[in-house]
Amino acid sequence: MNLTAFLFRRLWQMVPTLLGVVLLVFLLFNWVGGDPAYVLAGKMANPEDIANIRHQLGIDRPMWEQLLIFIRQIVTGDFGNSWATREPVSEIFRTRLGPSLVLLIPMLLLETLVAVVVALIVSAVRGSVLDRTLMVTSTVVMSISLLVYIIVGQYVFASLLGWFPVKGWSDNLWRNLTTYAVLPVLLGLMVSIAPSVRLYRTFILDEIGQDYVRTARAKGLSEPRILLVHVLRNAAIPIVTNVLMGLPVLLTGAFLLERFFAIPGIGREIILAVERSDFPIIKAATVYVAVATLFANLLGDLLYRALDPRVHFE
Amino acid sequence: MPIERSSPGLWTLAWRRLRRDRVGMTALLVVGCYLAVVMMALMGWIATDWTREVGVNYAPPVFWAQDQDETAQRSVIGNDTPDGPIALYGLQDPLAPVLAAIRAQYPQDRDLVEAPRRLSLPLGGDKWGHDVWIKVIKGSETSILVGLVSALLATLLGTLMGAVAGYFGRWVDDGFNWLYGVFTAIPYLLLVFAIAAVLQQKGVVTLILILGLTGWTGVFRLVRAEYLKHKTREYVLAAGAMGASNTRRMFIHILPNTSHVILVQLSLNVIGFIKSEVILSFLGFGVPVDVVSWGSMLNEAQNELILGKWWQLAAAGLAMAILVTAFSMLTDALRDALDPKLKN
Repeated sequence: MNLTAFLFRRLWQMVPTLLGVVLLVFLLFNWVGGDPAYVLAGKMANPEDIANIRHQLGIDRPMWEQLLIFIRQIVTGDFGNSWATREPVSEIFRTRLGPSLVLLIPMLLLETLVAVVVALIVSAVRGSVLDRTLMVTSTVVMSISLLVYIIVGQYVFASLLGWFPVKGWSDNLWRNLTTYAVLPVLLGLMVSIAPSVRLYRTFILDEIGQDYVRTARAKGLSEPRILLVHVLRNAAIPIVTNVLMGLPVLLTGAFLLERFFAIPGIGREIILAVERSDFPIIKAATVYVAVATLFANLLGDLLYRALDPRVHFE
Repeated sequence: MPIERSSPGLWTLAWRRLRRDRVGMTALLVVGCYLAVVMMALMGWIATDWTREVGVNYAPPVFWAQDQDETAQRSVIGNDTPDGPIALYGLQDPLAPVLAAIRAQYPQDRDLVEAPRRLSLPLGGDKWGHDVWIKVIKGSETSILVGLVSALLATLLGTLMGAVAGYFGRWVDDGFNWLYGVFTAIPYLLLVFAIAAVLQQKGVVTLILILGLTGWTGVFRLVRAEYLKHKTREYVLAAGAMGASNTRRMFIHILPNTSHVILVQLSLNVIGFIKSEVILSFLGFGVPVDVVSWGSMLNEAQNELILGKWWQLAAAGLAMAILVTAFSMLTDALRDALDPKLKN
């Protein structure tokens, strides 16, 4: 089967999942949740106000009509205005995406780079004291909550030592990258590197056990060359896929970092929305992040097949 | 080596392997201690009243107070004013007569309030003078209980759905796979936030339900795969030929053979849910204000640290880190003990 047909089939398979996500979010907000009119009207609401708000939101209409409205909102990208700030939801996402990416892309690149290097080193000395120490260390490092890293890191490196700004953001990309994003990225790496190292180590060890490595050794190649050229190339296939598929998860993983360091990104906006019961933002974020996840998975799958000639499009 | 009359089962073998694993046994001991503390706190034997204000505000830990006697004394003087009349700059306290009436009516309460407060506590005190040591125990109770119960719920759901999907296959499998696809398309924390936003009522039960109802996907995937593999095995076919019903084949015959997968997933879920609870409670979407958990302690500790009061942060952070480390190592050891093929 060729690529186009494969692509179409996968896109077609996405439709029921997407509909499911839409249905789940719809049921959650329009059926499980209480009447949002009471949230919006505030404490001193009279019945007319409530009826008026209900009419404006369209929740006085039958369920199926509400579902159609919701689907129309998703397709057109027009979720109306934020309930808290009156800012259009689409505008919020457009302006908050940039800061999130400035935080996430360096984090992703650094994490992958450091994790691959460390994983290669521990694989080369597998079973040794260094390997075991690093693996135990990574378990301990993973066990400390990101919250503790952020609280302590922000206090020690920003408030106490003054090496970094405590929080903030500017309009200048370079300034953001070199000043404001540095500490959050480093703290984020504290928790994200250890699991990656453990995962990549198993990928690399899987390859080291293969026959072609024995052949390469028998040919008399040096151990670094075997690791860097032969093994890494093959281990890169699951690693790349893994990085790509983890992208949307990273987006939400930055919730806490963005909140603590006052970075005006999507994660912080979602936390604010949950605090303020700002339903349009949460609904839009859930649906669009789900779409992004599905596409990232598809991309990872495609790349996996492109990199590994043994896997066919079927 | 003694001659065995019957060959040892999976669990006996696993237990033997685990007992040889020194790291695993240490981890098991640590986790056991935590669970014992949680049980005792649940039964009301220890840490019964964390809301009692036993120390002065921000009472330092005992070992720290000795080094910093002077600062401790100073902070005590600053707080020790309620006996004398407060200087009101010549103003009349408008509530004075009311307060006097209340004090006359409830003399015993006055005694309670005026009970001597300790200058230092074993692990220090928080803003109100609550004993951090008792708070940590109480917080452990909440966090571990939420983690355990929600993990049990999620594992139960995942196992049931995975068993049904894998065993019956066809359209049943398609249906459950669709549900799995929907739940995994939304990043976990985002889904949890969305539900927390909708429910708008904080509480331990709500928290358990949120985590349990969203966290079943990992168990489902693995259990389903196990059932797909096992349902065509000879022992299951034989059971079917002898007239065992579907339910019997699923839960009496196959389930014990997948139990090692389920156990490892359960303990992974406990770790994950404890972490999630801490984040949710920290952000204020988790436990209500009258319940203390590691997350709510970290939330308070965030502001305390700026004042240099590090003990609550250290206590809650350390308690959590030790448990999670031990639990992770126990999980690794369990996996090795239950599935020795994986180790190499």
